[in-house]
Amino acid sequence: MVEIKNISKSFDGNLVLDKISMKFTPGKTNLIIGQSGSGKTVLLKSLLGLVKIDSGEMFFNDKKYNEINDNENRTLRREMGMVFQGSALFDSMSVLENVMFPMKMLTDYSNSKIKSSAEEVIDRVNLINSNNKFPSELSGGMQKRVAIARAIVMKPKYLFCDEPNSGLDPKTAIVIDNLIREITVENNITTIINSHDMNSVMEIGDSILFLKNGKKAWEGDKNEILKCDSEDVADFVYSSRLMKKIKKN
Amino acid sequence: MLVLNITNLFYYYCLNIKKNKSLNLLQHIGKYILMLRLVFIKPTKSKVMKKLIFKDINDLIIGSLGIVAFLSFFVGGVVSIQTALNIESPLIPKNLVGFATRQSIILEFAPTFMCIILAGKVGSYIASGIGTMRVTEQIDALEVMGINSVNYLIFPKIIAMLLLPIVIVISMFLGIFGGYAATIYAGFSSSSDFIEGIQMDFKTFHVVYAFIKTLIFAFILATIPSYHGYYMKGGALEVGKAATISFVWTSVVIIVLNYIITQLLLG
Ligand SMILES: Nc1ncnc2c1ncn2[C@@H]1O[C@H](COP(=O)(O)OP(=O)(O)O)[C@@H](O)[C@H]1O
Ligand SMILES: [Mg+2]
Repeated sequence: MVEIKNISKSFDGNLVLDKISMKFTPGKTNLIIGQSGSGKTVLLKSLLGLVKIDSGEMFFNDKKYNEINDNENRTLRREMGMVFQGSALFDSMSVLENVMFPMKMLTDYSNSKIKSSAEEVIDRVNLINSNNKFPSELSGGMQKRVAIARAIVMKPKYLFCDEPNSGLDPKTAIVIDNLIREITVENNITTIINSHDMNSVMEIGDSILFLKNGKKAWEGDKNEILKCDSEDVADFVYSSRLMKKIKKN
Repeated sequence: MLVLNITNLFYYYCLNIKKNKSLNLLQHIGKYILMLRLVFIKPTKSKVMKKLIFKDINDLIIGSLGIVAFLSFFVGGVVSIQTALNIESPLIPKNLVGFATRQSIILEFAPTFMCIILAGKVGSYIASGIGTMRVTEQIDALEVMGINSVNYLIFPKIIAMLLLPIVIVISMFLGIFGGYAATIYAGFSSSSDFIEGIQMDFKTFHVVYAFIKTLIFAFILATIPSYHGYYMKGGALEVGKAATISFVWTSVVIIVLNYIITQLLLG
């Protein structure tokens, strides 16, 4: 479980996150949604420790992030996996090397064990015959699969995904969304996903945090979001013609 | 008048800094030094680091040999031809051509100008490589895994560049050989005169001086482009800009340091 309490962050006087509180539960896909620029990426990077928050508290399974020592921090990092918006695969490495990389760097396992673990997760994300290809030779959807494989190879307790299906066609996007959800449920991971896509929301929105201009504007799940009478949420949900049509019927 | 102009320039420079919210020179130097500190703490596993170092030796050192050899041979030739053409007086001994070629190549051409050329080749390769990793979030990916990305990316480059003196030795040999070949081919002086010139009044310290310079420049060549790549912001266009700016700064710093080192060691 991940919990944040009153998190705030500003850049050069611009308040980007304004006192946000939320609980993210394991075994579920927890979505953070909102328009571009609403602060989703900054919130995710704060949880990862890539951005230092100005005030507020973060808890990982009841351990307070601000109070842990270096050793605990190192352990915590190994328990986190991240899928970046642009996949962020190492382009000088093959698919297999990319997936083996975290284990090579962070464990003392033998090469053969590392290789078999990597092959196992590559199998899990349904990538076939691509082990020796380089990222530039893969389609966007395949790159995402590799990024997911690399994020879960260390068997993380926490999985963070920044717009995992941006830049993908709608069908592939849903396949990737569901893949993340299956992995989350199978391994009881606390998964937090940034998205601005209503398709994802309806597909995997087990729990939803809606951000507007750095503020928490709403929370709920995919069933509630269609009935919600908040104007901000309705504005976001029914911004597409398709969703407007659905609403009418 | 000049002082007034410089103060004015500085004033506008400061105004611009405020407008762009970019760092001023001193802040850049501070950030650069903080980065250097990060290079040497929290090292990467030695097994992994070894591979990275060999890869960088291959890319940065071996990959530069071709262009260095080519340039050295022909510039050495031009240096000797220019010297020969400028001594008409029969009072000047013929071995001067060899002597002058040797001096200019060992003291300046091989260590300083080769490093400036490498600032273009190696420097922009480093800056754009690290910059691309920054804009595609590969550096964030390293950090998320708890890896010291500064050490992982920059340390192997510094170690690889410590082999730069080997490149410079090759440049010295080929430069002098190029001078010899050009002199003999054009008939400016005899082979024995040229060789006598090369051996004349040889000071080992000049070679030591060249190596000291090379090692310092090697460090600059590895770290300044890394700095520009590592801390860049933006997208693909900015990667190109970072590479250009890093070339300008690397060569400016090399030229200034060259002046200081020469004053200290030979002046
Ligand atoms: N490193 C940074 N420095 C300054 N401003 C930033 C930085 N990162 C993000 N911001 C600002 O924070 C706001 C939220 O950005 P972000 O979290 O990336 O939005 P999104 O919801 O699209 O992911 C934006 O206005 C952005 O300009
Ligand atoms: Mg974002």
